[in-house]
Amino acid sequence: MLSLTIHPAPRLAGLFLLVVAVSLAGCRSATESGSSDTLSGAVQIDGSSTVFPITEAVAEEFMKVHPRVRVTVGVSGTGGGFAKFFRGETDVNDASRTIKDSEIELASSTGIDYIELPVAFDGLAIVVNPANDWASCLTATELEAIWKPGSTVKSWAEVREGFPDRPIKLYGPGTDSGTYDYFTEAIGGESGASRSDFTASEDDNVLVQGIAGDAAALGFFGYAYYDNNRDRLKLLAVDGESGQGCVSPNLETISTGTYAPLSRPLFVYVRADRLDDPVLSTFVDFYIENAGVLSEEVGYVALPEEVYMAVADRVSNSVTGTVFKYAEPGASVLEILVGDSQ
Amino acid sequence: MADLSKDIGGSVSAMRRRVGDALAVLFLAATMTGLVVLMVLLVDIVVQAWGWLSPGFLANYPSRFPEQAGIKSAIFGSLWMISLTGLIAIPVGVGAAIYLEEYARTGWLLRVIQVNIANLAGVPSVLYGILGLALFVRFLLLGRSLIAGALTMALLILPVVIISAQEAIRAVPSGVREGALALGATRWEVVRDHLLPMSATGILTGVILALSRAIGETAPLLMIGALSFVAFIPEGIMDSFTVLPIQIFNWASRPQPEFKHLAAAGIVVLMVVLLIMNAAAITLRNRLDKRRQQV
Repeated sequence: MLSLTIHPAPRLAGLFLLVVAVSLAGCRSATESGSSDTLSGAVQIDGSSTVFPITEAVAEEFMKVHPRVRVTVGVSGTGGGFAKFFRGETDVNDASRTIKDSEIELASSTGIDYIELPVAFDGLAIVVNPANDWASCLTATELEAIWKPGSTVKSWAEVREGFPDRPIKLYGPGTDSGTYDYFTEAIGGESGASRSDFTASEDDNVLVQGIAGDAAALGFFGYAYYDNNRDRLKLLAVDGESGQGCVSPNLETISTGTYAPLSRPLFVYVRADRLDDPVLSTFVDFYIENAGVLSEEVGYVALPEEVYMAVADRVSNSVTGTVFKYAEPGASVLEILVGDSQ
Repeated sequence: MADLSKDIGGSVSAMRRRVGDALAVLFLAATMTGLVVLMVLLVDIVVQAWGWLSPGFLANYPSRFPEQAGIKSAIFGSLWMISLTGLIAIPVGVGAAIYLEEYARTGWLLRVIQVNIANLAGVPSVLYGILGLALFVRFLLLGRSLIAGALTMALLILPVVIISAQEAIRAVPSGVREGALALGATRWEVVRDHLLPMSATGILTGVILALSRAIGETAPLLMIGALSFVAFIPEGIMDSFTVLPIQIFNWASRPQPEFKHLAAAGIVVLMVVLLIMNAAAITLRNRLDKRRQQV
């Protein structure tokens, strides 16, 4: 017994040092493959999961051009992202809605100034099961009656006379998502207020599956998710009651704002005081330059070219604060931006 | 006696045998439930991942193009994080176990500590994430770095490491301790030359189980802010990172069906990493065992 001389602790440590050494060796080769581009640094981004695909695409392309810049993108939701943004933990926040009053207070108390940049359009799609042969268009009032808090609509017959008496099953994004906030505000007038007895999921695929498997279902989510599941869902037109009649969402009606009230701009908020860092300013310029093409590629709708130019001006003039929060409903993005600069 | 068994025997023992047989079938069914579910899960994942598991998948960074997307940054992130977690949790955990078993005097304080450690092992992992966010990320200003993630994970697995190391040390016959002490060895010499070598296999088993848990954990890392899109390999402990489960989660929540296959392929990679870790531990354990028996 006394002749036992094995010391396992150093061996274990050795094993783990080995693992660390292997991973260190692995990454050395990656850094050497960089190009002659000298821009190096980091851009930290967090925020909305709706905007994430656009920002991710921009980050991916940016790092192809500037391989020494490390762009990281997280998905904490618009609100969670703003909390980090105003703690100074991130440089850019993805937002699927405009900044809230409470967040503006946070901004003034922390002294962090932000520049608000619209980057693309998103439309909400109202969808039903393909087996639904009775509904093709709903009015905003009907949608409100279905979704308002305390709504007792249980059957399609209660939505409109002539619809069959089949129980209506509702599907929507979870209450933490910017998409839910946007829908409730656009339809009911109050963000976050809706009936609570619907199938909610933060994962839009769950909603797609649910609606595709339920003939009496009704649901809403981002247009991109409909676009990727066209064959399994039926899209409804929406009558926003602004005199335009039933409008079906597509790239054109969303970008011109005629698909009202269910199309919205998406934003990124950039820290103004860090824009003198060439890394961040190069990234933001790159973002504005490529947002149009890349947002269409990931399923959103590009803003008109003049808007991106107005946005670029906004950055170069360092215009801080929000204009979209106080914009007239129905005003076009360009009007809002240009109106502000005059 | 013979009469007795004959009298009652016939019907009752047939009945008892039947109950026994029925239960055996039930127990088999219970065993199969777990197995069948596991098999269905495995087959489903492998079928989905088929064709997407290519060398490119291992060597590429994540991308919005499914056919170009890879899991390289997540693999390295996971390896970094597990290595750091091990480096932190093993010395601290084993040290604590040695103290509690060999040095600490029995009394109410020790009991309080023990109960707390046992309870900590059952705390939901997301709470460790909140603690990590407040303590490491914000108070210690470590940011959303590898070291913040590894420290959080180390806290998460410490209770398991301590408890399993304690059990392994306790399993060493007390005669070994007493004999060595009687021959004039100091407490540390007893620990170094006898207790640790003899309990190494048990400690290793606990450590590997704990690390296997850590490599699959997502919730605490989401809390401290491990990221969804990271297209570089961390080069130091202060770098941003992503890990396999987060990359899988990210792909699984995409609308395009191709990303479902990528998620499945990511799951296969995660399972293979786990299997390699376990196999390494078992091999190491067997070698330690053999060497000890030879001496």
